[in-house]
Amino acid sequence: MSQLTKEIVTDPLVDNNPIVLQVLGICSALAVTSNLKTALLMSVAVIAVVSFSNLFVSLIRTQIPSSVRIIVQMTIIASLVIVVDQLLKAFAYETSKQLSVFVGLIITNCIVMGRAEAFAMKNPPFASFMDGLGNGLGYSLILILVGIVRELLGAGSLMGVTIFQTVNEGGWYVANGLMLLPPSAFFVIGLLIWALRTWKPVQQEAPDFKILPSHSEEGA
Amino acid sequence: MEAALSLFVRAIFIENLALAFFLGMCTFLAISKKIETAVGLGIAVAVVQTITVPVNNLILNVFLKEGALSWAGLSDVNLTFIGLISYIGVIAAIVQVLEMFLDKYVPALYNALGVFLPLITVNCAILGGSLFMVERDYNFSESVVYGVGSGLGWALAITALAGVREKLKYSDIPVGLQGLGITFITVGLMSLGFMAFSGIQL
Repeated sequence: MSQLTKEIVTDPLVDNNPIVLQVLGICSALAVTSNLKTALLMSVAVIAVVSFSNLFVSLIRTQIPSSVRIIVQMTIIASLVIVVDQLLKAFAYETSKQLSVFVGLIITNCIVMGRAEAFAMKNPPFASFMDGLGNGLGYSLILILVGIVRELLGAGSLMGVTIFQTVNEGGWYVANGLMLLPPSAFFVIGLLIWALRTWKPVQQEAPDFKILPSHSEEGA
Repeated sequence: MEAALSLFVRAIFIENLALAFFLGMCTFLAISKKIETAVGLGIAVAVVQTITVPVNNLILNVFLKEGALSWAGLSDVNLTFIGLISYIGVIAAIVQVLEMFLDKYVPALYNALGVFLPLITVNCAILGGSLFMVERDYNFSESVVYGVGSGLGWALAITALAGVREKLKYSDIPVGLQGLGITFITVGLMSLGFMAFSGIQL
């Protein structure tokens, strides 16, 4: 794999992550992460949709008149999502029931539209496919991390396999029920962003309002 | 009537699209720095939601559902698999029509909503509302109530968040948590607050 291609794939993992830096595709990231299995399945679905939509948009990018490009992109994405939805219903029916409307919502997942618009419209098919793959993987990385934290702390298991024996089953671990509820997803992602930005200070945002040091500090 | 009222309250508070189902998060986080813009976007979403959910309900019942095409002599056709593409098409079209209509007849509102209108097409709250309507099998009148309620709920949530963020601007936040990080935590706390409504039985 050439240097450039490698960069296209690895850049969105940490340095330009779609969720924590570009603020794209958060809706589904929060909703499907209460256990690892749905998070994994959602990741696979999004990777497939975003890489293929990038590929197809890029293939016809010179034919699309710019005034109707959004509709064209939307049609391509929606068709891909329908294919993924039908496949999931056929091969992973139970989990697809748990994902409920969120598979359909991949259509409005801003990562897919965003990458089609920002990258695939300007770049050749192979690079676009790789960009889609990279962004899909960056998205999955966060989804899987959040999924692991929430399922492990909330139910003491991973992929349904018990890791911490909970008190209810006669073990020692008191499960934190909050982790299975919606608000915890916000906290986990918020803390994740904090951790990432402490590690990579480049990503920090400038404060809107600078607080002056107080007088006592000045005196000391 | 009682059932409709209960559905309405549930759509606004208990099953708030933004805080309980995380829908429309991208715009929710991006456009909540100022109260005025947040209110504008909130109203736009509520209006579009009120129109699209019932219209998609009609589309589903008249064209897509199994046996729905019997009026055209095709009683054993089931088109539900193309649902997704039809709903998003309807939403895009309605947003476009609404934009042109407002531009012509209500220019004041059009200018106020400005850039937010086109953004609404890709707001997951709108498509999510239609998909929930399909999943929960609402009939036409229920879908009207649900559309109004869920739109209002989303508007309420974004306005509240913008209020919190305006105050939060002046607080001393650790650098790494500045901006997006603290916004996530704030939304998490708001979501906890809204969960208190889930005890309400109507």
